[in-house]
Amino acid sequence: MSERIKVLKTYKIFIDGKFPRTESGRYYQLKSKDIPYANVCLSSKKDLRNAVVAARKAFLPWAEKTAYNRSQILYRIAEMLESRKTQFIDELTIQGFSKKDASKELDQSIDRIIYFAGWADKINQVFGAVNPVASSHYNFTLFEPMGVIGVLSSDESPLLGLVSSIIPVIVSGNSCVVIASEKYPLSSISFAEVISNSDVPSGVINILTGTKKELASPISSHMDINALGLFSQKIDKQIFINATENLKRISSFNDIQIYSDDFDSPYIIKKFMESKTTWHPVEVDFTKTNNY
Amino acid sequence: MIKEFNNIKVDKVGIEDRINRITKRSLKRESKLKGLEMILSMIDLTTLEGMDTVKKVEQLCYKATHLHNQFPNLPSVAAVCVYPNMVRIASNSLKESDVLVASVATAFPSGNATLQIKINDTKEAIENGANEVDMVISRGKFHSGEYNYVFDEIAAIKDVCGENSRLKVILETGELGDYDHIRMASEIAINAGADFIKTSTGKISPAATLPITLVMLEAIKDHYYSTGKMVGMKPAGGISNAKLALQYLILVKETLGNLWLDKHWFRFGASSLANDVLMQIAKQKTGFYQSNNYFSKD
Repeated sequence: MSERIKVLKTYKIFIDGKFPRTESGRYYQLKSKDIPYANVCLSSKKDLRNAVVAARKAFLPWAEKTAYNRSQILYRIAEMLESRKTQFIDELTIQGFSKKDASKELDQSIDRIIYFAGWADKINQVFGAVNPVASSHYNFTLFEPMGVIGVLSSDESPLLGLVSSIIPVIVSGNSCVVIASEKYPLSSISFAEVISNSDVPSGVINILTGTKKELASPISSHMDINALGLFSQKIDKQIFINATENLKRISSFNDIQIYSDDFDSPYIIKKFMESKTTWHPVEVDFTKTNNY
Repeated sequence: MIKEFNNIKVDKVGIEDRINRITKRSLKRESKLKGLEMILSMIDLTTLEGMDTVKKVEQLCYKATHLHNQFPNLPSVAAVCVYPNMVRIASNSLKESDVLVASVATAFPSGNATLQIKINDTKEAIENGANEVDMVISRGKFHSGEYNYVFDEIAAIKDVCGENSRLKVILETGELGDYDHIRMASEIAINAGADFIKTSTGKISPAATLPITLVMLEAIKDHYYSTGKMVGMKPAGGISNAKLALQYLILVKETLGNLWLDKHWFRFGASSLANDVLMQIAKQKTGFYQSNNYFSKD
């Protein structure tokens, strides 16, 4: 009997809950000791455009889900990731990680998802406020999701960096378009498979592989993206200039922050939320000496 | 004459194959930009809802004349299309612009009313200031084989319209069945005096599609070859993005030629197409992908 030919996975991009190839048909090759082990899509700005359309469509239904339900769905991502741990560890070792580092990366990633999942139905209790004002108004502040967030994921941290750039963004109801690590793209596409098995509605998370050099400019200038999360170190000044066009808020993080325990913080979620303050008139009965 | 209509057979496979090839065509940036501007000039901005209000129609007319405030030198849309009772409001709002007023008539969208009611409906629309009338054919009569009735009805409405008001005849292709029927209905409408033939009311799915439009364009072409008379075409319903609209333009150019690439002979019936076209024009001019947030919703 002849030797069995190994079936290699085709790593495709993740848009609107589906796994299409890039419309450009381009790819780049990943090699280990000069032996190629994967072909990865080199996404174009048209893929980005399609991803933003999907993310925009997914945004409102996702934001309108109950916070408790979003929390459950994020928890489900962690469950799915836990059950596929060995696959991810193997994939990381192919990409040059030691078994120990890979295993640690997985544990941290899963724990981080659990951490942020818990915040979905608590964020407004902590940051929302009833504000004392001098007029007869009931004045209160609530935090709301911003819309579609463009994310440039960490270059050096294949999984923890990806998880840290997606989960705090979507927990509050945002949808996102993520440009994965150029150096370690495999985990991001495998993570997309986890997402598609986790009840996350199509389009809430979209993941593209390719170069930041090519995609950073259209993602920062796209008028339908409301804010940017920069988790990558390779940021060109032009991105900040482009982002002014529709006043995108930019939040930057580096790899040291990502690996630190301090990243487990609700303030990260708050960076991708907008506060809304409401002045609600209340009737005051002046015939009474006090209103209690 | 009617006997002749009965014998028409459309090559279904051929039609769909041609559409397949047309939709894979790519356009150079400059042609795309010209095409987008042309689409804008060909749009009948439409609101045909039971819940239309005076304000809604006024707002639509305002939009029709201010579509291109962001980018001066763009053409305005061809017409605003409303129900007969809204014609006066629309024509007052559009008095000082070159945007025309089109009115649906003849018991739109079902077309189930007596001829006298349909004639009055049309008269009233024209008296109130409609430049164009969009009528629906009686599909029930068509399916019962009463082609003469359908023909006479269109001719009667065209009589009411006279020379000054152009008549668009809505076939409601989604209710006609196969291409052979659509071709036959097209010929009946054309020969009965239609200035335009139009696919759909927008109330029935499927509405306009590329293959159906091609069948109708072929009917227009054959009529032109045999009589030398031009008839306009208006696909309506379901054309909501610029890419699809560009494919329609390619179809018209390749079937009927440049003569028809004019708002006098080709129209799009649409409500949200204009916004998408503007977004694409803005994209071509600024290089930035656009957001719905920066374009008027109604």
